[in-house]
Amino acid sequence: MDMLYLFIAAISAFFVVLVAALVVIFAVKFRRRHAEDVGADIHGSLVLELTWTFIPFAIAMVMFVWGADLFFRLGRPPADAMDVFVVGKQWMWKVQHPSGVREINEMHVPVGRPIRITLGSEDVLHDYFIPAMRVKMDAVPGKLTTLWFTATTPGTYHLFCAEYCGTKHSGMIGQVIVMPPQAYEAWIAANQPSINLVEAGQRLFEHGQQCSACHKEDGSGRGPSLAGLFGSTVQLADGRTAVADENYLRESIVNPSAKIARGFSSPSIMPTYQGSMSEERLIELVAYLKTLRPSRSE
Amino acid sequence: MSHAIGTTGTSYLDAPHGLASWLLTKDHKRIAMLYLISITIFFAVGAMFAATIRAELATPQGDLLDSDMYNKIFTLHGVVMIFFFLIPSIPAVLGNFLLPIMCGTKDLAFPRINLLSWYIFIAGAIITLAAVFNGGVDTGWTFYTPYSSIASESSVTVAALGVFVTGFSSILTGLNFIVTVHRMRAPGLTWFRLPLFVWAIYATSLVMILGTPVVAITVLLVAAERALHLGFFDPTRGGDPVLFQHLFWFYSHPAVYIMILPAMGVMSELVAAVSRKQVFGYSFVAFSSLAIAVLGFLVWGHHLFVSSQSIYAGLVFSIITMLVAVPSAVKTFNWTATMYKGSVTWESPTYWVVGFMGLFTIGGLTGLFLATMGLDIHLTDTYFVVAHFHYIMVGGAIMGYLGGMHFWWPKMTGRLYSEAGAKASAILVFVGFNLTFFPQFLLGYMGMPRRYHAYPPEWQVLNVLSSAGASVLAIGYLLPAFYLTYSLIKGAKAPANPWGAKGLEWTIPSPPPTFNFEDDVVVDEPAYNYKPAREVHVG
Repeated sequence: MDMLYLFIAAISAFFVVLVAALVVIFAVKFRRRHAEDVGADIHGSLVLELTWTFIPFAIAMVMFVWGADLFFRLGRPPADAMDVFVVGKQWMWKVQHPSGVREINEMHVPVGRPIRITLGSEDVLHDYFIPAMRVKMDAVPGKLTTLWFTATTPGTYHLFCAEYCGTKHSGMIGQVIVMPPQAYEAWIAANQPSINLVEAGQRLFEHGQQCSACHKEDGSGRGPSLAGLFGSTVQLADGRTAVADENYLRESIVNPSAKIARGFSSPSIMPTYQGSMSEERLIELVAYLKTLRPSRSE
Repeated sequence: MSHAIGTTGTSYLDAPHGLASWLLTKDHKRIAMLYLISITIFFAVGAMFAATIRAELATPQGDLLDSDMYNKIFTLHGVVMIFFFLIPSIPAVLGNFLLPIMCGTKDLAFPRINLLSWYIFIAGAIITLAAVFNGGVDTGWTFYTPYSSIASESSVTVAALGVFVTGFSSILTGLNFIVTVHRMRAPGLTWFRLPLFVWAIYATSLVMILGTPVVAITVLLVAAERALHLGFFDPTRGGDPVLFQHLFWFYSHPAVYIMILPAMGVMSELVAAVSRKQVFGYSFVAFSSLAIAVLGFLVWGHHLFVSSQSIYAGLVFSIITMLVAVPSAVKTFNWTATMYKGSVTWESPTYWVVGFMGLFTIGGLTGLFLATMGLDIHLTDTYFVVAHFHYIMVGGAIMGYLGGMHFWWPKMTGRLYSEAGAKASAILVFVGFNLTFFPQFLLGYMGMPRRYHAYPPEWQVLNVLSSAGASVLAIGYLLPAFYLTYSLIKGAKAPANPWGAKGLEWTIPSPPPTFNFEDDVVVDEPAYNYKPAREVHVG
């Protein structure tokens, strides 16, 4: 990414100097000698015009392709990335590690490993911004967004909220602490709570919210079986299809009638969890649902 | 030039006196003056907010203001400067004054609607000021939902109504300009003999009448959502918070061209006049105005690269944004080429031209960083963006506005001002501007987010530089207030054509009579028809 910065900065500097130099040189060299003088009768030159239409166009296209390629790479986390879940709310960042460790306004990560952050918001727009990692993504209420990075050097880095979110926007800051892998493992172990993220989600699913009363693994419940759902393509009651990604799972919990699976009644008989379940609980449930593999009997 | 009172020869300033004759005038020149006085006041108000912001940011701790007050001040700075200064400045003042004259006509197509536009503008401003006295607004000028619609406890509804009302002023002014250019041009004044300023104002008017209704509806939706909890933008009611951003930027990105296109038009006039030369590639410059106006409507999504918008949508917005750079580059090269083999004067308008070229080029090129998707991820919502849009909207648009004011001031007021003062002002604005905003590119690259009232201490040096630059800039802005006002009282009387420039406005007395032209105008030559002296003798 920094190569591309340098490239555009060099091009920009070149044109700024070129235009400034030409303007000053022309203005001095062709300055008015007598009060009545007028300029030469030049109306234009098609060749010149086309040249300086085409050259900026070509340069702009190089920047576009380079930038788009970079954007796509930044948009696709590697498959082996380590998951971290972050929820923004006025005015703090709440971080959950898969191991169940929670932090506020701090995020510990190991060096050299791709980190994939799944981002939610409990109230208004926020934006998770780590300048040193060159990443930034809005936390949008009502959906989950993702970003990823690989830290290369241990250290402590700034973490900002970059989307204006109200009174304490400039106080919604924190630190990303990049540690060598062993130190990170030690830190996780030292802070290990009794249950991890998936276990917390499972507890919610089976006991806290009684989801398992309807969503039975063998499909005999009042709701569809959720085993093997994550990542599959779902046939919907209205004939459309949807890919069961994290946002689909989240939406189906908070607004069950939005996308009903084929074969189930519309509107859904499932209660809505809109407003009654925090983003953190939702993340735990989604983390658990992602682990449900198809049962061996199928 | 002497005329009996009451004939068309009386200047528009001297013809009927009294407050009522001004407040009920249908003369486009007097309405331009009403706008000039009102937007100068708004500029001063917006600038005081800016000064407060820079004073706060001189230290890393938020010690001058609490965060709530800081948020309200930067919001008001943005709202006042954009809706009440930058958008109306050139079209409403210079456009109103010059467009009918440049078209060789007595007035705009709808003089009463023109007056109505000003009253609507003032009404919008009063409503917005009511929001200030009602505790202020803390959403930022962008009014992003759901913060503005459900979270903010400030006077968002009143401010939104103020912006809504002001929008009608823009729409009516745009309509008036478009009809005037289409229907009222003097005989012989074909489209391709029009001054490029008219082309630029025409293109701007298209953006105004097509874009403004969208932002008007958008802010109305926010007001309705706050009052009635309708849920357009509230995800807990099935709404989409990002929908607002699409609607908002559909207007507000083109709004940047409402600010910069007229400045480009001014530059085309000034470059031709100070070089006494036909603008290089007239039709390329004219069409590039239209190209910018049209493309400007298709690029709003480049504000949304990190908003959860699909990456394929981002791709389309990125490539179209890149395309806007092309007509902008064409104009810059054409202005430069216009000076080649010109007869370039070093009077005050030239200083503003050179200043504009410098700031606009930097502002335009830094736009490429932001259009490049991969880089925008890092730079968006940082001070890099703040620096970039200030270079375009303040560097470009204000240099254009001040350049235009200095160029046409003798025509508008009939008085000459201090050349030394004007040159000093242009230099101070240029130096102060770069000192203020260039450090912000570096701050943004280092990651300083915008709208922060406190920041990590390692960025203090650059922030202090920026605040110091703002003081220089302030002096540069204040100077004209003194020497231009002084010129009204003691300035030498201006001749009809003090610059020896071409254009219909320079063929009538300074200041112009009420009905502009004593006789019907017939145009028989292209714009900027400066002929070399030799040919004049031959002819």
